[in-house]
Parts: sequence; structure tokens; C-alpha cells
Amino acid sequence: MILIWMLCILLAGGILCWLAAQRQPLLARWIALITVSADLLIACWLFPVYQAFPDNSSWFINYQANWIPALGVSFHVALDGFSHILLLLTYFLGILAVLCSWKEVRERTGFYFFNLLWTLAGISGVFIAMDLFLFYFCWEIMLIPMFLLIILWGDVRRHYAAYKFFLFTQAGSLLMLLAILALYFIHGQQTGNYTFDYFALLQTALTPSTAMWTMLGFLIAFVIKLPAVPFHNWLPDAHGEAPTAGSLLLAGLLLKTGAYGIIRFVLPIFPQAAADIAPWMILIGVAGIIYGALLAFSQTDLKRLIAYTSVSHMGFVLVGVFSFSSIAMQGVVMQILTHGLSTGALFLMAGMLKERLHTRDITKMGGLWTSMPRLGGMAILLTMASAGLPALGNFIAEFFILLGTFSNNPVLSIIATLGLILSAVYSLRMMQKVFMGPLISTVPVVDLSARELIILTALSISIVVLGLFPQPVIDTVHHLSTIHPLLHE
Amino acid sequence: MIHLVWLVPFLPLLGFLVNGLGRRYLSRSLAGIIGSGAVLAAFVVSLLIFLDVVKQPEEWTGQVVTLFDFISAGTLHIPFAFQVDQLSALFLLIITGVGSLIHIYSTSYMHDETSEGFARYFAYLNLFVFSMLILVLGANYVMMFIGWEGVGLCSYLLIGYWFKNTNYGNAAKKAFIMNRIGDLGFLLGIFTMIVAFGSVSFSEVADKAAVLGPNNNTIAIIALLLFVGAAGKSAQIPLYTWLPDAMAGPTPVSALIHAATMVTAGIYMIARSNMLYTLAPCIQTVVAVIGLATAVLAATIALKQDDIKKVLAYSTVSQLGYMFLALGVGAYTTAVFHVMTHAFFKALLFLGSGSVIHAMGGEQDIKKMGGLKKYMPVTHVTFLIGCLAIAGIPGLSGFFSKDEILAHTFVSNKLMYAISLLTALMTAFYMFRLYFITFTGKFRGTHEQEHHLHESPAAMTIPLIVLAILSVIGGYVGLPEVFGMGNKLEEYMAPIFKLSAPFAHVHEHLSHNTEWLLMALSSVLVIITIFFARSQFRNYEDNGEVRTGLAKVLENKWYVDELYDAIIVKPLGLLSKFFEDAIEKSGIDRLVNGAGRLVHWGSQQARLLQNGQVGFYIFAMVIGMVVLFVIGFLFK
Repeated sequence: MILIWMLCILLAGGILCWLAAQRQPLLARWIALITVSADLLIACWLFPVYQAFPDNSSWFINYQANWIPALGVSFHVALDGFSHILLLLTYFLGILAVLCSWKEVRERTGFYFFNLLWTLAGISGVFIAMDLFLFYFCWEIMLIPMFLLIILWGDVRRHYAAYKFFLFTQAGSLLMLLAILALYFIHGQQTGNYTFDYFALLQTALTPSTAMWTMLGFLIAFVIKLPAVPFHNWLPDAHGEAPTAGSLLLAGLLLKTGAYGIIRFVLPIFPQAAADIAPWMILIGVAGIIYGALLAFSQTDLKRLIAYTSVSHMGFVLVGVFSFSSIAMQGVVMQILTHGLSTGALFLMAGMLKERLHTRDITKMGGLWTSMPRLGGMAILLTMASAGLPALGNFIAEFFILLGTFSNNPVLSIIATLGLILSAVYSLRMMQKVFMGPLISTVPVVDLSARELIILTALSISIVVLGLFPQPVIDTVHHLSTIHPLLHE
Repeated sequence: MIHLVWLVPFLPLLGFLVNGLGRRYLSRSLAGIIGSGAVLAAFVVSLLIFLDVVKQPEEWTGQVVTLFDFISAGTLHIPFAFQVDQLSALFLLIITGVGSLIHIYSTSYMHDETSEGFARYFAYLNLFVFSMLILVLGANYVMMFIGWEGVGLCSYLLIGYWFKNTNYGNAAKKAFIMNRIGDLGFLLGIFTMIVAFGSVSFSEVADKAAVLGPNNNTIAIIALLLFVGAAGKSAQIPLYTWLPDAMAGPTPVSALIHAATMVTAGIYMIARSNMLYTLAPCIQTVVAVIGLATAVLAATIALKQDDIKKVLAYSTVSQLGYMFLALGVGAYTTAVFHVMTHAFFKALLFLGSGSVIHAMGGEQDIKKMGGLKKYMPVTHVTFLIGCLAIAGIPGLSGFFSKDEILAHTFVSNKLMYAISLLTALMTAFYMFRLYFITFTGKFRGTHEQEHHLHESPAAMTIPLIVLAILSVIGGYVGLPEVFGMGNKLEEYMAPIFKLSAPFAHVHEHLSHNTEWLLMALSSVLVIITIFFARSQFRNYEDNGEVRTGLAKVLENKWYVDELYDAIIVKPLGLLSKFFEDAIEKSGIDRLVNGAGRLVHWGSQQARLLQNGQVGFYIFAMVIGMVVLFVIGFLFK
């Protein structure tokens, strides 16, 4: 029941923001902040509940209520360690998203926070839904407010970017809907029990070719979201044009729903088909690592640059998931977390720079260290995290993924390792263009405000802590090694 | 004391945090005191630990101090642990000892910086010392890797310390990326190790490798991959070109990072992995050949450089090559010995050059110097001692360590011996070319510079004097056996190399007569070379001649930078542009935009039926869905 509350708080908070803003526009941001903080507190409060469970491989919260019994649709939500971590990430980044919009959003604030909270609600729903209909429902819920965030509060080319984002993800969703229905009917015919329940559908027996086609429906939706090459094209535009909080949620959370989907649905429901397609997916992942990194190298738009680094980092996720190694799987979870934090932070940084300089073009920046030493110091940490420097969280993730892949696919693993060199190249280029060199901009800039400092410090500390003490996360997702028969140590 | 080893890296870390976070509020003197004090305190702890280690009985092979469980996943366990033994204790002393001197020197050298910059400088320097200590203290390869990349980051930050200069920024970037290439080898080595042995701890890897025995392919692959990492960090062919560029950083940084400590990490790593290398003689040969080739190549380049720091940088590359040669012929202790003596005299030379540059108002071109000895007596004498030490004049530290390398090489391969002797002579020649052009003859700078010439303040000269003393006496810990007093260092280090010794290829022992003969030969030749350099450069005049032929090639460093630029840097940039233009913009974008236009056309048609805002429609749809959801939920 607690899970329902978490969703309801967000949904109700969103409506309240909207209503409150009619009278007092500034009230909305406080309501939003309190709402998300409440959810974060609840998520933290679940820790002891989780600890109390002797076997941490289980679903420690499981709630089911009928919804549309005639169709076999139930309101089934459940939580395991993996989903719990993702919820924590969602609310943590959610708070930062509210904070970073504090001053940036000046018009229609109520509706803005409504969309922000509803996106978060959709994302939370995706991470806990154990009914495929509900899952699909939440999948759509997170999409539409996000679309509105981009198109209403975005930058100059926001219309183009928003429609592109909508078109890409919607195409994927459609395929997923078809696949869900196919699964529903096949399972229904086999057992006579027409249900969308995840745990029931897990038992569906599929012929190899049906399995392959149905899986592809899911997989394509997820890799578009991830995004994997060549479906990544919406990302740079969406990131580039979205408001700062939008970029933060996109990079930090929306992309992660793709990874989550693959791990939660594709692998367990279609073990054989997933194994058959694995070599190709690893190949696509490696291609994404290299391709994204190379493209990041030639970008001049700061946000597009960061977007391409996301493509590169998400390539690691794909490689890790399909290498069927439990250590790589743990690395994937770490990557989901740390990439959310570090790339989110980089987008926030880009937003802060844009607020001051009114440009995203790095050729028009340079020498900003002089006027913004605090942001410069943070930026070093964040770019180094992005470049996978040891003792920072991202290193653990990539180390695990590459190590897990290395034992069964050394050649592709070595090629993927080249991504680490390229990540150093683009990270340092970014650092140098923005902060080093002679001062280019004539606009006087001020260093971070207390609010901005708190945001970036919170993220930086999380990255360092995850880098030094990754063990709690590793333990929490240990049970993922049982989701696929091929997974091995 | 050994269980308190965590204090050694912790103190500089604390210094880094205080100086880094408080850099806007700390005064210059306070930042300097915190920065230097942290390292000095770490030195004191290191000294106590070293004394503890020396006291240990003969069979003691080190102690692992575990702080916490870093990673534990499946069968892989990686503790966050420090290893205290003879090797790491010695490196602790070198790092914190030379580090303290350089911190003290910096308080004076960097005095023209803003107080924010000053504190930032000390924060970086402390962070470097911290990372370097993690590198040598780590009890497993992953810990070593953490320090390994950490020092790379600090090197990047310090090379680019004067961030407004784009060239310095590029040098910093180059250093980091070249190091990264090497690090990749290291990382793959770790992967192979985990797959093969299921462990990354030094002791377990060595034990399991010993079980596999010599000439095993897996071990050879691991050894080779680790060597790639070592070559990156220690500036060996083909990854050496970053080090001379790294001289863009402040001179004390060049002394500490790019001469005395960080660049010797590769030697430390191979000495630490001595079991793996002893078991893979073919890779040892690779190490020896690469080391020797680097030594020669860098020495030839140093012959024709006119920038005082560039000469020293190439000499560092060359000396590092020497150390790898020693490792390659299996003389691990000798390599460590040379690391130590080199740390003394090269830090001395760099700090001396810093003193010169300071006095010359930032000028680094030796053609514009000359006759400095009468203006800066302390710098002159200490620099001369450094030159004598690196040239290998008998009685000074460099003589003993270099002579030992030559002797071991002689036993192993006569041709390599001849080449390394030739390199030693080149070293003597370019060092004394540097010395005579800089300190003797007429002053060739501007009148203003001449007016400002002065000896440096005490905070700079005292470290010079201390290092000069160490450069003289530092060699006596490793006296060759022919002197009949026993090699102290050899005895001290023996436990580290004890386990791999049985697998080593045993060479016949040098007779004492041969050893004396070799020593005499190299000494005489070096002295002749120095006098030759004196005759050439004692009264050097800059007549503005343009170098041609081989001299020009050497001045331009064999055009290796240009080669790398043409075959790697440019193609990568072009490939990136190609992807951006051909695939992203005219490929995928066009396809998507086509689909978009189709939708747009469709919506144009639809607009005939309904006109309004799309946003509103979508919003209405959401509301509809939610109402359905609520109804469904309430009336279940």
C-alpha cells in the first residue's frame, strides 16, 4: 500500500501545484519540493523494511488490487532491491530537478511543476509496476508531461525536439503495446487465464520465433529509450532544447527506464531469444560506446555534447546486460545510478552556465575558471567521473561491466575499453573549452549561489561515496544474477 | 607504527581538503604551511614506519593493513588495504621526503600567485602526494590503479595550473590522454589477472603465478599489458612524448611529479610484479629493449635542446629508460636504487633550474643565459653537484646506481652494454653542455634581466642544499660488493625479490677484476666527455646559427609529435566530423525529418477538422486516462 501512497502523493502534489499557482505562483515550487521530499523520506524509510528481510532476493513489498478484472488487469506493484534503488534515485534527482527550476522557470510555474511531478510519478510507476498493462500505462504517463516540459519551457528549437522525442518513443511504445498484447493472448490461450500479471506471464511458453518477435517489440521500445545506436538521434535534440530540469530527468531517469525494462522484462520473459540476440546487442552496445564518444568530440553545443556522452555510457549498459555475467549486471546497476548522478550533474552545470552566459556554445565560453572557481572545481570532479576515474562511482560501473564482458567476449571488451580513452578526450576537451584558456565572454558572471552549490555538492558527494563504498549497491542487486539462466559469476 | 600507515596518505588528503575547500579564505602563508606541513608530517610517520620495517626479522615479508571491504562481488574480493613492506616503505620515504622539500621550495617559488591560486596549487600538490602514496601503498592491483589514475589527474591539473594559457592546457590534455592509453593496458592486465587467478592481491597473484611456472602464455600477456601501463606512466617508447610537454607546469611540479616520483611509478609496478616478469623472460627482454631504446632516443634529443627544462625532461626520459633496462635484465634492486638516486639528483637539477628561471624572470632559453655562477653561488654549486651525480662521477650517488645497471647489462648482453655506455656518455655531454652554457661564459640576456639577477631566498636554497647532500651520499647505501662492505640496499630489499629469485635466469658472476675494469672504463670516458663539453661550451656565444641536417632533426625531436599528429590525432578528428556530417545530419536526421514532415502533413489535414493546441489535446488525453484509472480503481 505504501507504494500506492508514493504515487498518489506525487499525482496529488502535481494537481495541488497547479491549483496553488493560480493564487500564488511561488507557492508551487514549495509544494513540489515538499512532495518529492516526502517521497524520498518514504523511500528511505523502506530501508529497514528491506533490511529486515532475511533473503534479500525477494520482493519485500508486494501489493495487488483488482483494477479491470474483466481484462485481467490488476493494480500490482512490488518492490525488490533493484526497484528500490531506482526509486531512491528518482526522488533524489526529483528534488534536485525542483531545486534547479527554482528560479529558471518564471511562467506558468504551476503547470510546470504539475508536469514535473507527473513525470516523476510515471517514472516511479514504471519502476514498481508488476502488471504489464499498468507498466504500459505508466510508461505513457511519464512520456506526455515530459513532452510538454520540452515543448512549453524548452529552448528555441523546442518544437522540433519535442516532436522528435515524441515520435521516437511513441513508435517504440506502439511496438511494445503490440508485444504486450501478443504475450497476453498467447498466455491466455495456453492457460485459459487472461492476465497482464508479470509473474504469470513469466511462465509463458513461447515457440522460438514467436519469442523472438515478441521480444523485439519490447526490446526496440527499450533501446530507443536507452538509447542505443542507431535509435539515439532524438536524444541530442531533446537534451539540447529541454529546460535544465527536463535534461536532468531525461538523462538521469528516463534513459534508465530503458535499461530497467531490458533487465526486468526482456531477459526473464524471453531467456532464449535474449541469448540468441545477445551477440548483436553487445555489438550495438560497443558501437554506441565508440560512436557516441566520437561524436561528443566534435560537438560545440554543450548540452548536445553531454547528450552524446550519454549515448556512449548507455552503450556500456547494453554490453553489460547482454554479456550475461552477474558481475557485469551489478556493473550495469552501478552505471544506471552513477550515470544518472554524474550526467545529471553535468546537465545542471550546463544549465547554470546557460543562465549566466545565455549560450550553450562552448566556443563562446572559455576561461571561466577565473570568475567561477567553485563551479570549475565541481566540473573537474564531474568530468572526471564521466571519464571513469577510479574512486568515483562511474569507474566501478565500467570496471565491472568490462570485466564481466572480458571473460566471455574479450575482443569486444577490448574495443569497448577504447571508449575510456575517448571519454578522456571529450571530457578534457569540454573542461578546457569552458573553464581553461583565455577569458572569452564579456558578460560578467557570478559564481555558484548557495542553492546551486548545495545541488552540485549533493551530487558530487554521492558520486564519491558510491565510488568508495559500492558494496551496499552490489549487495542489493545480487539477486539479479538469478533472472537469467545463462548468468554466471 | 605499521598499523598507523593510513596516516601517511590521510595527512596529505586532509591538506588537500583544507586548502581546496578553503582556497578563497586562506592567506598565502597559511596555505603554504598547511600544504607543506601535511607532507612533512606524513614524512615523519613514514620515517617511523621505515625504522619499524628495518627492525623486522629477516623472514618478515610485509604486513597488509586492511581498512575496509572495497568490492566483494561473487568470488572477487578487493579490500581497501595497504601493504607495508621493504619496497613500499622505501618509496614512502622518497615520496614524502622529496615531496616535503619541494613543498617548502614552492612556498617561495610560487609567491607571485594570487592567494586563491596559491592555495589551489598546494591543494593539487597535496592531492598528488596522496594519490602517489595510495599507488605505492595499495595491497592489490586495483588499489594501485586508483592511485595510478589519481596521479595522472593531478599531473593534468598541475601541468595546466596556469589555465589561461591554451598551450599549457593542451600539454596537460596530452599528458592525461597518453597516460590513459597506458592505463588501458594496465586495466586489461587486471582483467586478465582476475580471469586467470581470480585475485588481484599482490601476494596471491605472485603465488598463483609461481604455480603455473615459467614461460606461461597467460603470465606473459599479463606482464606485457602491465608494461604498457608502465610505459605510459614512465614515459617510454611509444608513449613518451607527453613528458617533455609536461614541463609547461610550474618547475617544482616538474621536479616532484615529472622527475622524482610519479614517472617512477612504472618501475615500482614492475618491481612489485617481479614474479610475473621473472616468469616471462620474453617480456623481460621487451622491457629491456624498450628501456634501452628510450634511453638512447631521449639522450640524442637532449643533445640539441635549448630550453633548460626540456633538456632535463629528456634526460628524465632517458634515465627512466635506464631503469627499465635494469628491470629488463632482472636487476630489480638496482632499478629501485636508481629510482632513489635519480629522485635526489633530478629533483635537485629541476629545482636548480627553477631557481635559475626565477632569477631570469621566467626565461628558459639557455642561449639567453650564461655566466650565472657569479650571481647565484648556491644554485651554481648545487646544480654542478647534480650534473656530476647524473653524469656518474665516482663517489656520487649516480655513479653507484648507474654503474650497477651497466654491470648487470654487461653480464646479460654485451651489445646492450655498449649502447648503454654510449648513452651514459651522451648524458654526461648534454648535462655539461647545459651546465657550461648556463653558468659559465658571458651573460647573454637583456640588461634588465642582468640587473635583476639574484640568488634565490632560503626557502629555495635550503631544499637545494639538502638534495645536493643526498645526491652525494645517497649512493652509499648501495655500494657494490667489490668495495667489500656489503650492499645494504640489496640486503634490505632481498625479501621482496626472494620468491621470484629461484626462477631467475642465473648469469655467471662478474669477477672482481672485470667489475673494477668496467668502473674505471666508464669513469674515464665520462671525465673525458665532460672536458670535451667544457672545451666546446665554456665560452658559448649565441651566433644565431640555424641547425641543419641531423641537428635539426634532433632539435625537432625526430618529428615524432608530428608523426603522431598525422596518424592518430587528425584522423580521429576527421572521423568524428564525418560521423557528425554524413551519418547524423544527412543520414538519420533526414530520415527522421522525413517522417516528421509526413506527420506534419497529416496533422495539417487533421487541422481542418479540429483546430486548437496540440498540447491541450494531449493534456486532455492524460486527464481522461487518469479519470479512467481512478474510476476503475474505486469501483473494482
